[in-house]
Amino acid sequence: MELIVQGIIKAFELLISFDPEVMGITWLSLKISGTATFISLFIGVSTGTIVALTNFPGKKLVISLINTGMGLPPVVVGLFVTILIWRNGPLGFLDILYTPYAMIIAQAIIATPIVMGISLAAIQNLPPNLRLQILSLGASRLQMVWILVKESKLPLLAAVMAGFGGVISEVGASIMVGGNIKGYSRVLTTATVMETGKGNFDVAIALGIILLLLAFLVNLFLTQVQQRQQQR
Amino acid sequence: MNPVLTIQNLILRRGGITVLDISELTVEEGRILALIGPNGAGKSTLLLTMAGLLKPDQGKLYYKGSPVDTNARRAHMRRSVSVVFQEPLLINTSVYNNIALGLKFRHFSKDEIKKNVDAALDYFGISSLAKRSAKTLSGGEARRVSLARAFALKPELILMDEAFSSLDPPTREALIDDLRHILKETEITAVLALHDREETLRLAQDVVVMAEGKIIQSGTTSQIFSHPESEFVANFVGTETILAGVVETNKEGHLEISINGKIIEAVGNFSAGDKIYCCLRPEIITVSPVTPGISSARNVLEAKVLKIVRQAYLYKVFLDCGFPLVAYITIPSCDDLGMCEHSFVAVSFKATAVHLMKRNK
Repeated sequence: MELIVQGIIKAFELLISFDPEVMGITWLSLKISGTATFISLFIGVSTGTIVALTNFPGKKLVISLINTGMGLPPVVVGLFVTILIWRNGPLGFLDILYTPYAMIIAQAIIATPIVMGISLAAIQNLPPNLRLQILSLGASRLQMVWILVKESKLPLLAAVMAGFGGVISEVGASIMVGGNIKGYSRVLTTATVMETGKGNFDVAIALGIILLLLAFLVNLFLTQVQQRQQQR
Repeated sequence: MNPVLTIQNLILRRGGITVLDISELTVEEGRILALIGPNGAGKSTLLLTMAGLLKPDQGKLYYKGSPVDTNARRAHMRRSVSVVFQEPLLINTSVYNNIALGLKFRHFSKDEIKKNVDAALDYFGISSLAKRSAKTLSGGEARRVSLARAFALKPELILMDEAFSSLDPPTREALIDDLRHILKETEITAVLALHDREETLRLAQDVVVMAEGKIIQSGTTSQIFSHPESEFVANFVGTETILAGVVETNKEGHLEISINGKIIEAVGNFSAGDKIYCCLRPEIITVSPVTPGISSARNVLEAKVLKIVRQAYLYKVFLDCGFPLVAYITIPSCDDLGMCEHSFVAVSFKATAVHLMKRNK
């Protein structure tokens, strides 16, 4: 219990003192996970919408794969991304292993199926005749899709929250492809793992609390936006 | 009259099953056509095909004489047609923006959009709702907004799919009245998928009866309701009594028909020995006391009251006069006649009011 209290006190100290290392780690976590979520939003929403609105053979299989992807184990993603960008791997020429770029790629791969699955379900959940109604009003296909996406704003914001929550908290892939290099690719989760390994529980708890606080603040902001939409 | 929409030999399949098989159908300019039929008859699918929202597998669709056979032509036709679906399908914005949506898609100017939206709001008596969020509307209000959105486009043809379903009776009544008035005033050609006989009689000039994706009978409303050509149509348009009979004699068009050994008189072009159906709509039957009054009707029969069922403002009376018969009487008339189950009454109907159909079995 004392350990936890010490950890909380340490977290406040680190926060209040604006510890440059902790601030750097926090900012990098936010940048990497934010960018990965943004990429996953772009790919996930567009692909999810296309899958939801088109009929093709094997659609059910594709949906099952997307849903399975929502629970993609980060270490497996880390493993495959590492193999791909390994010096002798197919994308080795990019020379991005143990860089924040590799972490963004891995996190985007983890978040994309989450965003895609929720987007797909959101679009499929709209009234079936809504798209015909929009087309009958004279909309082009692109205008119709845009209206449908706007109509799914609430679940899409939930998709953003789920995607961000999934990547800000993952450690396996980040440590495998980022390498936890101090001042370069060290993020809150990898730093927490390292400090725990070193027995610095107070610092680890402090980093954990900052991580929770960060996730809470981002989700608080997104929830505010979502609920404002709900009230309109 | 000019045809607005013509369908020829149209076939639409879904999952290998033919869901529409329409040999010919024409929607004339300025007319109000009702598509009626039981659930699954293909009314909604036909409406969507007419709107260019579904692509037929075979056959031709002509809009104002031009074939609608390419995606570009379908898209072009869609901009002259409005569709109102069974559910209001409003988007999550204000009532004003919902009504303006189609006008924006169709590139109307800002002034035109405002003018058309204001007029549509006024038509449907919903001007006070303009700034309200569509999500906060009641079912009836939402339905009015969806109709206003369709009329705001000033379409050449409006297609409505059971636009009054799931509304409470007063809201439905008011909406039907307003729509009838608006359709008359705007003279917009309309096709309405309906499943209610009363709505059909109040709104439509022409009727198409459908079943299993096919047209069973088409004609003016009075033709369909007074002269159904098959037992199915007769049943669907509310002919409560359909009796199998045989023509005994034909004297210059005046027929004597035997039904369960009872003879009734009718008018028609059938020969002695022909098997026929006699259709008797409940509203042509007069019920009176057994003591005979003066009746000009050729058919006067004594009947036993089997069952009396209270309808909204009438009684539906099931009678046995040697064959089953259904009549409607008003509540005061029922009281005056002292009618109760197992009592006896006299029923009469004119020979000219009996509709006859050929029977094959």
